[in-house]
Amino acid sequence: MSSSRFAFAGAAALALACALIAGPAAAKDWSKIKIGTEGAYPPFNVVGADGQVQGFDIDIAKAICEKIKAECTFVAQDWDGIIPALLANKYDAIFASMSITDERKKTIAFSKRYYQTPALFVTDKRNASMGTSTDAMKGKTIGAQSSTVSGTYLQDVYEPAGATVKLYATQDEANLDLASGRLDAVLGDKTVMLPWLEKSDGGKCCQVIGQDIRDEKYFGEGIGAGLRKEDIELKELIDKGIAEILADGTYEKINAKYFPFSLY
Amino acid sequence: MTDLFGLLSFGSGGWGDDLARGVVVTITLALATLPLGLALGLGVALLKNAKGRIARALGELYTTVFRGLPELLTILIVAFGAPRLIAALTGATVEINSFVAGVVALGLVFGAFSSEVLLAAIRAVPKGQSESAAALGLSRRLAFRLVVFPQLWRVALPGLSNTWLVLLKDTSLVSVIALADLTRQTNLAVNATKQPFFFYLVACLLYLALSGLSTAIARRLEARADRGFAAAGR
Amino acid sequence: MEAALGHAILTVWGALGFDAELMARYGPRVVDGLWTTLGLVAVSCTVGFLLALPLGVALVEGGRVTRALCLSFSTFFRGTPLLAQVFLVYYGAGQFRDALDAVGLWGVFRDAWWCVAITFTLNTAAYQGEIIRGGVRSVARGQGEAAAALGLRRGQTYLTVILPQALAQGLRPLGNELVLMIKASSIASVVTVYDVLGATKYAFSRSYDFEVYLWAALIYLVLVETVRRVWNLLERRATRHLRPREA
Repeated sequence: MSSSRFAFAGAAALALACALIAGPAAAKDWSKIKIGTEGAYPPFNVVGADGQVQGFDIDIAKAICEKIKAECTFVAQDWDGIIPALLANKYDAIFASMSITDERKKTIAFSKRYYQTPALFVTDKRNASMGTSTDAMKGKTIGAQSSTVSGTYLQDVYEPAGATVKLYATQDEANLDLASGRLDAVLGDKTVMLPWLEKSDGGKCCQVIGQDIRDEKYFGEGIGAGLRKEDIELKELIDKGIAEILADGTYEKINAKYFPFSLY
Repeated sequence: MTDLFGLLSFGSGGWGDDLARGVVVTITLALATLPLGLALGLGVALLKNAKGRIARALGELYTTVFRGLPELLTILIVAFGAPRLIAALTGATVEINSFVAGVVALGLVFGAFSSEVLLAAIRAVPKGQSESAAALGLSRRLAFRLVVFPQLWRVALPGLSNTWLVLLKDTSLVSVIALADLTRQTNLAVNATKQPFFFYLVACLLYLALSGLSTAIARRLEARADRGFAAAGR
Repeated sequence: MEAALGHAILTVWGALGFDAELMARYGPRVVDGLWTTLGLVAVSCTVGFLLALPLGVALVEGGRVTRALCLSFSTFFRGTPLLAQVFLVYYGAGQFRDALDAVGLWGVFRDAWWCVAITFTLNTAAYQGEIIRGGVRSVARGQGEAAAALGLRRGQTYLTVILPQALAQGLRPLGNELVLMIKASSIASVVTVYDVLGATKYAFSRSYDFEVYLWAALIYLVLVETVRRVWNLLERRATRHLRPREA
């Protein structure tokens, strides 16, 4: 008698368990999206005086969210941990001026690009005559932010040629060491370095050398939103959003707010 | 010179309130770690005092690992590894915020160091004490609370307050996982004002104040724990 | 020959279930990092010891002013976090670049390794000074008095009678301090020094493979355990005259 009751209870429990496990396997509802950003990369993403993040990346993300009818919240995250935190589900997408590269594609997926800018070398005015070829940089100490395409470029191209490469947790720390003379040059994004040179006190020391660097292998296909590989639906939604804001002029408006030239 | 001090003002122009907030986070972090660390330390100390060989080996292993790893590495491993470990074990995706990661990591380390102190303290209380308490008819609970614990506490206090001081200083390492403690707030102030020497000096003085305060409190606690106890050479 | 050894290690590594390809790509950097760590610890602990000797003695024997100065130094470096001290020296030196340049010291402070080495040295000198102070005070007064009765000058007394005994007493805490320094050296990675942890962070930032942190953990554990056991042996041998003789 009791054994059949146990069997019944067991079957019921098993069915319940299956329902619970099968539940989350249903399609995810993307009406609420958490977005991760760095918050230390003006003018693309920076934490304002009120504690909220703002900048080009944030405005683009908000515009996309409006188009796909999602409610978006923002989370600030240290740059070095920004991809691990995405993989740990701390947020669902990264809008932090992250370059689309093959190396990153090994761990995450990307949306289509939403802007593209080259990199350039910045150095102290006292070194204005320095060249930017690998030969010219031999024996020099050059820096970039760690976990960035600039950092990777320096490590893979300039370090084997004899330069000493130093990497920093934030762009600011690299700039600080450039200003104090610890670095001979810094490689960074053009649209980040130019405002630093022109508008900040610290930037008065320094100037651009050489040409824009657009090496396809390292600087990739532009900047995109970082996503987890399994969130295919979210990628499609964001791609749609990007296409829509490009088509109806929203992108142009946001672009004009920050830069006189087109970023796309 | 005066505008340097102006940078410390409270309110939107100055960094005084941001540093103060950092101090609060530092103290909160240390205080939150204390119960976890003491609980772990006591548990491991009991393991090391146990009769079984496996229990003792486990206690030794824990102590060796968490006393031997640099605290910075422990913090990074907990911050980056814990979500993955939990995901691998239970399949649930959990977000570990930096504060919790800091408390867990520092708690594991504090547990390792304090287990040595607590072990010595446990061994310092003669067995006769609990035996006499039992003979007097005291329940095990009362015996522990009224007889064993005060003696244990007295012996453990200097070692524990030392470990606390180390914990206070180790909290500065959570700035590396972007937790808004005193060190991190100082980093932000330096990035904005380009006055590193001044701000890091202020931060050091604040840590010194915290250490001094802790030492004063520890001395008070020691004096209280020592009351009625005749020590040699006093 | 080296290639064969490298190959052998990688095969064993792979067999143990670790990622051999990851090791092949980033292993050499981590090994370089190990040399950096060892160098930092060796320099800072040795020079720190040489500084700690006069410091510890001054804390016991010095006049009011000397003792106050030494105590301030000691309290500052023992009461503040090493990370804050490193930031103070590294970024502070950058701020005073022109002044340092004028006295020709910029070349030293420009290099992150030297900034960190200097900070570590001052830090460990403070801790070791305390240990030596404790050791000197624990040497019985009678020793100093007997030496004076024998006609030894104060300096001689210290060198031949007091310090040797003080150091024998202090061997265990000094060994402890060495271990603490090995662990603390990982802080160098925060200011662009590529020690073991720095190399590990680099490997993680390129591969996002958590395994690299486990290698770092293994390296530090092996290092710390080795130093601890060797030091224990040294200490037992050096203080064997203080223990009861086995019949």
